[in-house]
Amino acid sequence: MTEPSPVLLAANVVATAAPILLASLGETLTERAGLINLSLDGTILLAAMAAFAVAHDTGSVALGFAAASAVGGAVAAVVGFAGVILGVSQVAVGFVLTLMCRDLAYFLGNPYSRIQGPQVPPLPVPGLADLPVLGPLLFRHNAVVYLSLVLAPALWWVLYRTKWGLEVRAVGEHPEAAYARGIAPRRVQMVCAVVGGALVGLAGAAYSLALKPGWGRPQGAEGIGWIALALVIFGGWHPVKVALGAVLFALLQVAGIPLQEAFPSVPAQVFQVAPFPLMIFTLLFMGLSQRESVERWAADRTWARRLVRAFRGAAPRALGRPMEGG
Amino acid sequence: MRIRAFEILVAAGLVLLFTTAVLLLTGAPPLEAFALLVRGSFGSVSKLARVLTVWVPLTLCACGLIYTFRIGLWNIGVEGQVILGAVGATWALRAGAGHLPPGVLLALAMAAGVLLGAGWSLAAGVLRTRGGVNEIFAGLGLNFVAQGIVLWLIFGPWKRPGVASMSGTVPFPPGLWLPNFSWGRLSPVALGCAVAALALTAWLLGRTRVGLFLRAVGGNPRAAHLLGLPPERYLLLAMALAGGMAGLAGGIQVTAVYHRLIPAISSNYGYLALLVTMLAGFRLGPVAPIALFFAGLNVGSVQLPMALQLDSSLSGVIQGASVLAVLLAHGWDVRRARRQA
Amino acid sequence: MHIVLDDIHKRYGRVHANRGVSLEVRAGTIHGVLGENGAGKSTLMRILAGYTRPTSGRILLDGDEVRWRAPAEAVARGVGMLYQDPMDFLAMTALENYALGRRWVPPRELRRDLEARAAELGFTVHPEMPLERLTVGERQQLELLRLLSLGVRVLILDEPTTGISGVQRETLFAALRCLADEGRSVLLVSHKLEDVEALCDEITVLRQGAVSGRAERPFRTRELLEMMFGEPPAVPRKVGSTPGAPIVSFRNAWATGGRSGLRRCSVTIREGEVVGLAGVEGAGQNVFLRLAAGLNRPYRGAVEVCGAPVRAYRWLRQQGVAFLPAGRLEEGLVRGLTVLDHFALGRSRIPFLDPWRGARDRAEEGIRQYRIRGRPETPVEALSGGNQQRVLLALLPERPRLLLLESPTRGLDLESAHWVWEQLLAHKARGATIVFSSPELDEILMVAERVLVFHDGALVADVAAAETSVAELGSAIAGRAAPPPPSPDVSVTAVETP
Repeated sequence: MTEPSPVLLAANVVATAAPILLASLGETLTERAGLINLSLDGTILLAAMAAFAVAHDTGSVALGFAAASAVGGAVAAVVGFAGVILGVSQVAVGFVLTLMCRDLAYFLGNPYSRIQGPQVPPLPVPGLADLPVLGPLLFRHNAVVYLSLVLAPALWWVLYRTKWGLEVRAVGEHPEAAYARGIAPRRVQMVCAVVGGALVGLAGAAYSLALKPGWGRPQGAEGIGWIALALVIFGGWHPVKVALGAVLFALLQVAGIPLQEAFPSVPAQVFQVAPFPLMIFTLLFMGLSQRESVERWAADRTWARRLVRAFRGAAPRALGRPMEGG
Repeated sequence: MRIRAFEILVAAGLVLLFTTAVLLLTGAPPLEAFALLVRGSFGSVSKLARVLTVWVPLTLCACGLIYTFRIGLWNIGVEGQVILGAVGATWALRAGAGHLPPGVLLALAMAAGVLLGAGWSLAAGVLRTRGGVNEIFAGLGLNFVAQGIVLWLIFGPWKRPGVASMSGTVPFPPGLWLPNFSWGRLSPVALGCAVAALALTAWLLGRTRVGLFLRAVGGNPRAAHLLGLPPERYLLLAMALAGGMAGLAGGIQVTAVYHRLIPAISSNYGYLALLVTMLAGFRLGPVAPIALFFAGLNVGSVQLPMALQLDSSLSGVIQGASVLAVLLAHGWDVRRARRQA
Repeated sequence: MHIVLDDIHKRYGRVHANRGVSLEVRAGTIHGVLGENGAGKSTLMRILAGYTRPTSGRILLDGDEVRWRAPAEAVARGVGMLYQDPMDFLAMTALENYALGRRWVPPRELRRDLEARAAELGFTVHPEMPLERLTVGERQQLELLRLLSLGVRVLILDEPTTGISGVQRETLFAALRCLADEGRSVLLVSHKLEDVEALCDEITVLRQGAVSGRAERPFRTRELLEMMFGEPPAVPRKVGSTPGAPIVSFRNAWATGGRSGLRRCSVTIREGEVVGLAGVEGAGQNVFLRLAAGLNRPYRGAVEVCGAPVRAYRWLRQQGVAFLPAGRLEEGLVRGLTVLDHFALGRSRIPFLDPWRGARDRAEEGIRQYRIRGRPETPVEALSGGNQQRVLLALLPERPRLLLLESPTRGLDLESAHWVWEQLLAHKARGATIVFSSPELDEILMVAERVLVFHDGALVADVAAAETSVAELGSAIAGRAAPPPPSPDVSVTAVETP
């Protein structure tokens, strides 16, 4: 490798960001339709375990990914069924599933603990992979990373440029009005839950088959689901801003590695909690920027107004509220 | 949420089916596993003592959660509040050892646990009331931070002389342990705390203004404000009560169970207590028996790895499945009733 | 299209919202459906529009029986409805709202279509503007255009004149007349006599879920009133008084909130006055009330109540200031708590005492005095709207100094509304000052001594009730000092006679 190390570090950020992008963008789609799937953290683990186990037993990485997305979709379908069809609290169901899926993953994954298994092979894009800087940065990754890279613009295009996306947003805003216009809100919500959940499942596979290959207790993906959920708020439910947040987060994670090497006496677990105060601070920043007093303060300062406006993002109005009647 | 007996029956059937399926999936004999769970938890007096030792922190945390659920808060930070309680108790014992009589010191350690637990909970509460941060994310983030603090303490300022390790801080001298019953490893003081918490919660919620006000603020904060209540103050009160009880649970883990600070001091009891409260339909009445059921599962599953080469997380699967099944059965029942109306 | 509703019944649990309603609308006519709030008008219209399924009964369009499974089916057959709570999407642009629920059309083409249709009816549209920045009237116009573009031949409008300005009302009525002349059938649902009388060819009156009468032009107001109420209810009498010392004073106050906030407001209200606040919804009246109640703070200027700059709401409450919100279950009462619980709340402040001791007597007294149909153990959400309002009134302090009321009779039938006013004016007779907002100018003129008119966040008129009229207030609400110029709808007439 003759490339300067900043490029390699940046390429590492791109790879690290892949599962976070998949999970947070999947959840963005689900929440845009008005449904909260709080089960992300457990889903990612269960999907990671399923991906590794299936890939190990069949020898096919592709089947591993298929299993992971099926698991993610199935868990989301439970949340959707309970929340949308039965009208049970989405937060309650999601939270129970988070805990249960994690334990289920540990229980079912026990025989696969700490063993060798297949990994996703890198898939350099012919022609583009040899470009200076851009080649190693973007085009020498595996297929999951490519998927994560195109997902944000794709989701943006779907949500803001297609009829179906318009309907998804309409359902998240006001399901009763969507119903009055011939849309089936519950069906849209179920579809968004399952598709979003499948993406979350892929995030799990991206850990156990690529980024942190193998299965164990702990796997190393613990806590990522919560980060992804917070990123959706941070990004104001807008796919591009959510993606930026995910990349930013991956950057901080990668930047943390040298820091960890500088303090070898401090256990790794201490560094692993670093993202969480950061998460609280970003949410605090978001929360405060919505306050009227801050808004008024920013009104007279151009830069502050721009900053506040850039972070402004309203939650879908019907988020977490099932449709009435119909 | 009032759950009917019929719903419980359906849910129990679902859980049994699901667990059996999971066991068959791993190739384990289901009947043997179930028998092991029962024998391992309620099979002998000493095992019962162990179950009650788990029941105490679960009940304490669940009692605290009743306050926060009453006011409509998802106090997921309860896990971190247990941890901080344990840190507070350890700190008091370390600071006071040799200076104060053991009885006084133990009482102070408990008080320190309560205070730190309540403080950690108030942090999440203030983030919510003043900073507009959803309490789920604030609490969850603080849980991870609390875990980080414990690891830092164990590997840093409070490390064992010589080499720091995951086995925790130096154990306290037996003079600073809460005494046990003669018939098993269970502290009567701990048991008393849990029973007192149940009684206190029943009284506060059922017979005083606090209970009514929490319900009013939880039901409609804006209306409560217009009717002359200060919603923010009651939100913080509920958080402090929950955090205090969780902190007490943490203090008990240190003084009565582990006699030192270990990385896994909270043993996930906070999260588990959330499940207990949900399964209880957010009401106090069923908390004690459900906590006993969950504690039995936890203790019973300890033997699974040795006897059947299964992971002990089976207990978590059953606990989660129970709550999920009840939520689904209840939701289904409510929907059916609504459709017939 | 010729519409027949035949023996429609609708039950919600124990509530019988429609009891065998039959109705016929001829093609090309405007048919009024008149009745008090809760008479079953909205339910009936939702059934015709396919949003709600009837328990029994038939719908016939041009003689064919139809059974809707969803509102979209009704639209496909040419029946469209403007709902009372707007069925639109606030976070989306006008164009996106226009596009939702139709075949995909390139946005540029759709925009041209929208603008052309708007020009035809004399409407103004802002295709790229998010709906939350439009007025209720503009949103209504957009929804009307959308339904017309889908080929709707039967148009149902549920209380379309609530919350819109006088000018917008004129524009709307002109457009409806024009649509009827083109052969469409229009159903106008309202509880306001003047709307229905001004526009309709025929009227069906509903009362307590059943048809209580029909009428054709020319209408006799007395007869319509009798069909609506049985005996027309007695009007509460104004209590005269001489204003005392200032109790509320605004000095150049600015505040945010509502649609337009409040700007540069200076006014003084004296003890013993009854002041009505008029204006289109969100024009500043409610911000005014909330400022006086200490629930909102001015960011510029000053507000003084009871002789001191406003402090927290709880402090003002102790001074005898009471605030009554418009949203009863949204802001006034707590779902899940009983009537008794509400009486137990908010009296003594000692946290560890039994709150219910003594509350039962007060609750039973309140229930008797305010004729609340319910028991102390009834959860408040199980009460009807009128009874919820009575609970709120019973919870007011016994001798208030200042009553700040947001639409105190919203959603009540006329009889209940008059009864409520009797109780409130009794407070006034004991020396209370009353400041209230209302969307009904008639109500304001009936009870207020003085009227403040708000337009777009500014106080535009301050007149004695005895010296003004509905017409004058109406034009002030629309932002004009003088009555509106004769024809704001020239473009419509131009379309009619090409």
